[in-house]
Amino acid sequence: MNNPMRVILSLAMMASLAACSKKVKEEAPTPTPEPTKVETPVAVDDGKFDASDLDSDSCLRQRVVYFDFDRAEIRAEAQAVLACHGKYLTDRPSAAMTLEGHADERGSREYNLGLGERRGNAVSSALQANGGQAAQLNVVSYGEERPTCSDSNDECWGKNRRVEIVYTAK
Amino acid sequence: MKRLQWFFVLFGLIVAHASVAQTLAVGPVSGNEAALPIAVVPFAFEGAGMPPDTDIGAVIGGDLSRSGQFRALARQDIVEMPARPADVKFATWRLLKQDFLVIGRISDADAGALRIEFELFDVAKQTRLMGLAIGARPNDLRGAAHQIADLVYEKILGVRGAFWTRIAYVTATGIGRDTQYALMVADSDGFNPQTVVRSREPLLSPAWSPDNKRLAYVSFERGNSSIYIQELTTGSRQVVASYRGINGAPAFSPDGSKLALTLSQSGNPEIYVMDIASRRTTQITKHFSIDTEPVWMPDGATLLFTSDRAGKPQIYSVPAAGGDATRVSFQGEYNARATIGYQGKTLAMAQGSGNVYRIAVLDRSRGGAGDTSLISPGNLDESPSFAPNGSMILYATREGKRGVLFAVSADGRVRQRLVLADGDVREPAWGPFRQR
Repeated sequence: MNNPMRVILSLAMMASLAACSKKVKEEAPTPTPEPTKVETPVAVDDGKFDASDLDSDSCLRQRVVYFDFDRAEIRAEAQAVLACHGKYLTDRPSAAMTLEGHADERGSREYNLGLGERRGNAVSSALQANGGQAAQLNVVSYGEERPTCSDSNDECWGKNRRVEIVYTAK
Repeated sequence: MKRLQWFFVLFGLIVAHASVAQTLAVGPVSGNEAALPIAVVPFAFEGAGMPPDTDIGAVIGGDLSRSGQFRALARQDIVEMPARPADVKFATWRLLKQDFLVIGRISDADAGALRIEFELFDVAKQTRLMGLAIGARPNDLRGAAHQIADLVYEKILGVRGAFWTRIAYVTATGIGRDTQYALMVADSDGFNPQTVVRSREPLLSPAWSPDNKRLAYVSFERGNSSIYIQELTTGSRQVVASYRGINGAPAFSPDGSKLALTLSQSGNPEIYVMDIASRRTTQITKHFSIDTEPVWMPDGATLLFTSDRAGKPQIYSVPAAGGDATRVSFQGEYNARATIGYQGKTLAMAQGSGNVYRIAVLDRSRGGAGDTSLISPGNLDESPSFAPNGSMILYATREGKRGVLFAVSADGRVRQRLVLADGDVREPAWGPFRQR
């Protein structure tokens, strides 16, 4: 592929991405124009998410973050998902979510409640680092009580060690 | 052969109660050659009406065998049915290699009640060790049988029996979001299951009050974990802890006035003690790790709890009024969910190594760090709960996709499965001694 071709293609992709995922936000015009508006560091509001993006945006549609055994560190692969949900919370201050922390079946149930909460808190911190506010985030740990997979093997345990992002206000 | 006979006794019990919905079925797992042979003759009925459905002798024999300390003679080998001391021919029981013999009879008492008289004999010495009569209501003959088993156990072994006790556990039926949870209470042998509470949200961590009248437990029915205390006879209940974060691991103090619990309102799980009357809580631990699963030592002055402050979960001890924590468990990479044996000299815990979780007993009676022994075969054994006399431990494990309960003797030699007919059984909690 030659260079001009590559440039044209990437421009086309950027345009389509902007079209489908970053919609212009319609707002009623304010009666008195504020000259200080230019000083605000945030970009123009045509890059903001709106509620319909939760169903259409490929990043926002990802709502599960997975963890290693007995760990609560966010894996590198989850950073992009946490960044877009953090941006959504920033763009929509009225949005709120519950972070449901889960553990696999190994170990004691009450300890796993603690582990699920630790994972929920790790996701909460990551979302706050990406612009979310603490008031928008609620952590509930279910420990090992709500598995999505009931086999006793590594594959299943990996699916159960998770935090589910549940929007309670869009 | 002995094991096979024992199987038939149990098989009879299963068949006899197969029609009762949600009865825990019991099955033998392993035997103990050192167990004392005892014959419990079917009790004679000498009352006016119909004989009761309950086979008191079979209940007593089942209890004694399940303890691992005794081996009850199978029903088809009981060739004579003496009902009174004068009818006993010791030669018969000596020939059957029995060390002990129990006989008894049931007669009418006042106001529809029954009177159960029984005698315990030492076969070799040809002497009567005990003879007593107890009253019973016709609908609680199993309870009377458990009380007789306790008396026989104590007379021979010098340790109070714990058969006339109850167990609590949680069942889950269905999958995913359709799962139905129930907190149940049953007799120590799994019979007479009663539903305490049902929920569409998870239930866990039942804990008995020392007077047997209340259960504390964790329910998610309010959308987050909350701790409830429920009266068993009336069903009335109260939320005692519903703070932000985790509300978990309730444990009644030995005098029943306080509840140890886990709260994460400060940001991470810590141990608290609540005065139940005033609901005032006192924070006991303060550490950034997970501190949970408090249990009271019998003197009420010390709590054991699980903490991962050294990296992996281990058992620690802390004064119940607050103070410095000291580590208790040293063997094993993962130790959690302590349960305390009779008089606090032993404790059991779920011990993990890689993907294998087993029940370990830590004996501290000889001082120092104590000796640890594994008493369950794994792979996912958890939630140990000591009988109030320290002789047995209930625990939960998985068979395939299903949770089941096992009762194991404290030395690990005899195990028996208690399994619900449908669904998953977990979170066993053995209740305290009952007062007659």
